Amino acid sequence: MRFALPHPMLALPVVFLALVAWAVEPSAARAETAEEAGLRLATDSRERQKGFGNFTASLNMVLRNKRGQESKRELRLKVIEIEGDGDRTLFVFDRPRDVKGTAFLVHAHKDEPDEQWLYLPALKRVKRISSSKQSGSFMGSEFSYEDLSTAEVEKYTHRHLRDEACGDLQCAVLERIPLSEDSGYSRQLVWLDQEALRTMQIQFFDRRNDHLKTMVVEDYAQYLDRFWRAGKVAMTNHLTGKSTVLHWADYEFGTDLDEGDFTRTALKRVR
Amino acid sequence: MNTSGTGAAFRRDLANALGKIGAGSGAGAMIARLPVLVSVPLGLLVWAFAAGAHADDGFADRIEFSGRLSPETRLYPETAAYPGQRSHASGLSAELTAYYEGDEGESVTITPFFRYDAGDPDRTHADLREAYFLVYGDIGDDEWELRLGVDRVFWGVVESRPLVDIVNQTDLVENPNEKTKMGQPMVHVTWSGDWGALEFFGLTWHRERTLPGRHGRLRAGLVVDHDLTSYESSAEEWHLDFAGRYTGTFGPIDVGLSVFDGTNREPTLLPILAGTELVLAPYYEQITQFGLDTQLTTGPWLLKLEAIHRAGSQNRRLDQHFRYEEEDYAAFIAGAEYTIYAVWDSDADMSLIGEWARDGRGRWATNAFENDVLLAARLGLNDEQSTEFSVSVLQSLDNSSRVLGAEFKRRLSDSWSLHVESSVYLDIDEQDVIYDVRQDSFIGVNLDYNF
Repeated sequence: MRFALPHPMLALPVVFLALVAWAVEPSAARAETAEEAGLRLATDSRERQKGFGNFTASLNMVLRNKRGQESKRELRLKVIEIEGDGDRTLFVFDRPRDVKGTAFLVHAHKDEPDEQWLYLPALKRVKRISSSKQSGSFMGSEFSYEDLSTAEVEKYTHRHLRDEACGDLQCAVLERIPLSEDSGYSRQLVWLDQEALRTMQIQFFDRRNDHLKTMVVEDYAQYLDRFWRAGKVAMTNHLTGKSTVLHWADYEFGTDLDEGDFTRTALKRVR
Repeated sequence: MNTSGTGAAFRRDLANALGKIGAGSGAGAMIARLPVLVSVPLGLLVWAFAAGAHADDGFADRIEFSGRLSPETRLYPETAAYPGQRSHASGLSAELTAYYEGDEGESVTITPFFRYDAGDPDRTHADLREAYFLVYGDIGDDEWELRLGVDRVFWGVVESRPLVDIVNQTDLVENPNEKTKMGQPMVHVTWSGDWGALEFFGLTWHRERTLPGRHGRLRAGLVVDHDLTSYESSAEEWHLDFAGRYTGTFGPIDVGLSVFDGTNREPTLLPILAGTELVLAPYYEQITQFGLDTQLTTGPWLLKLEAIHRAGSQNRRLDQHFRYEEEDYAAFIAGAEYTIYAVWDSDADMSLIGEWARDGRGRWATNAFENDVLLAARLGLNDEQSTEFSVSVLQSLDNSSRVLGAEFKRRLSDSWSLHVESSVYLDIDEQDVIYDVRQDSFIGVNLDYNF
């Protein structure tokens, strides 16, 4: 599981641009269907995120209930890209204090279920946990586990609906339908900016097709002259009136992390 | 009800506790020996300081403190089964961790623990939970790790009771569920790669199991006298124990294989006449144990198995010489956990757990899990407070004995959290190991301050 939404999209290698240009050009002869356009945009957007190697970052969450009361979550994460497979992510919780030192390791896979382990420092216990908990809340926030995982192209069907202005930018609006039965959503509407194909907004529709949540992504910054990462991601739940704002900070790319830092043994020495 | 923690009772108990420390027995002995244990990690800390002095960051910036302060009160509403037993256990526990990390990721961790209990002076105790130096590095594509000092290690997958887990002694006075462990001095080497991990342990200075004293509940009918503790090995607590473990993940399956050779963590409690009183003398045999713990994780299902074979330990059948029989045996706990996500269309998850525990020694088993079934349900609300309820029933399949459990956890603020726990002993059979605690149903409330 990699955090797609917070750090989507980026510039892409010149070679790849050329390939896309080549692929798109001849098809101009016949009309591209909405499904083809959706898949092309989603694939392109996903491809632009690849190649970062590894990074670390810290994450601050502010949870706000209907009455405006706030509570905070603080965590750090480390991510490593695995060639031909999903990313590996290690989360370490700092706040609230009762879960300080708790760590969560995810080995994401494209074609099989993710592997997830939880480290409980009080018992020094490593617990393998089920990855079926897609729609459940992450730390009591408005983000579910699936909202925070990488939106692999293979996990949805896509359709290009329209192009429209989004703030100062022009966006392509895609509809995507999750294939997994564990997903909490019937469909999502995704706004991608046409220049860098970064996720600017997502609207989530629950299984009854009610507009459940809206996620707005802001403060993009570019790292290594390639990778766009969000500084702020706000999720509002329209049914409950609750909201959660993620603040990303301390992005660091090209660290000396290797696969050995994402094992069960490494999980036990996390601080 | 006598409110503990204030007044004469408090002063008397505190005097008892301090007196014991001076006398060098029980909790006192533990504290008296602490310097031996602390000196190595402390030396390492000084070394780390010296190393840190050359680093860019100040030493003070690199040392990190955290901990938990936990006032607790536990009430036993039923009449005590044995004279002297109190109807409450109230007090405070404190655990503080100091952590230092060097330039190359090497670190020193020190975690002392202290418990004060106004109800049972034997529950007042100190322990060094952790005091170890950790260093790791690469060997080709693989990795090695060394932990040197006092540490805790957990092995296992099931919920009902730790079966395979054997490296650390159980701090039984903390909680009858056997899940709280004491620090154990060790050399712990790990070699890991994408094939799994191999661990090797060299262990010495065997820790005695803490057991409730005369005034405590949840104890045997006879009182345990720690001055009468004896060992099968002539090296006594200094016997060098060895353990090894392999862990690996094969898609949905996690496997652990382990071996332990050394001093038993579980004491045999032999009745001995001391003066005019019949007391229990703890005795620790030399044992060899092979263990397997494995879990299959598939969709909402977790299928779990722990099994051991132990040789060299005694059962609880007294022979004509008033000694327990030695019996090699096998035991297992097998079970499943099924989770319903978004139960009742809410954010909550409900986990249903069923486990069957079987011990080859049958009625002569030294624990209450000779042939028992645990059924439990856990409801996690997944709210901001991480509210969690659970209920359980442990039912013997051989007799009427039944233990009900209930637990409630909720975060109150960033630092404070509440934990309420209750166990109810029902229809405990006279032949059952836990017959002596039949009157010791309790409800405990913990208010934790985490920092």
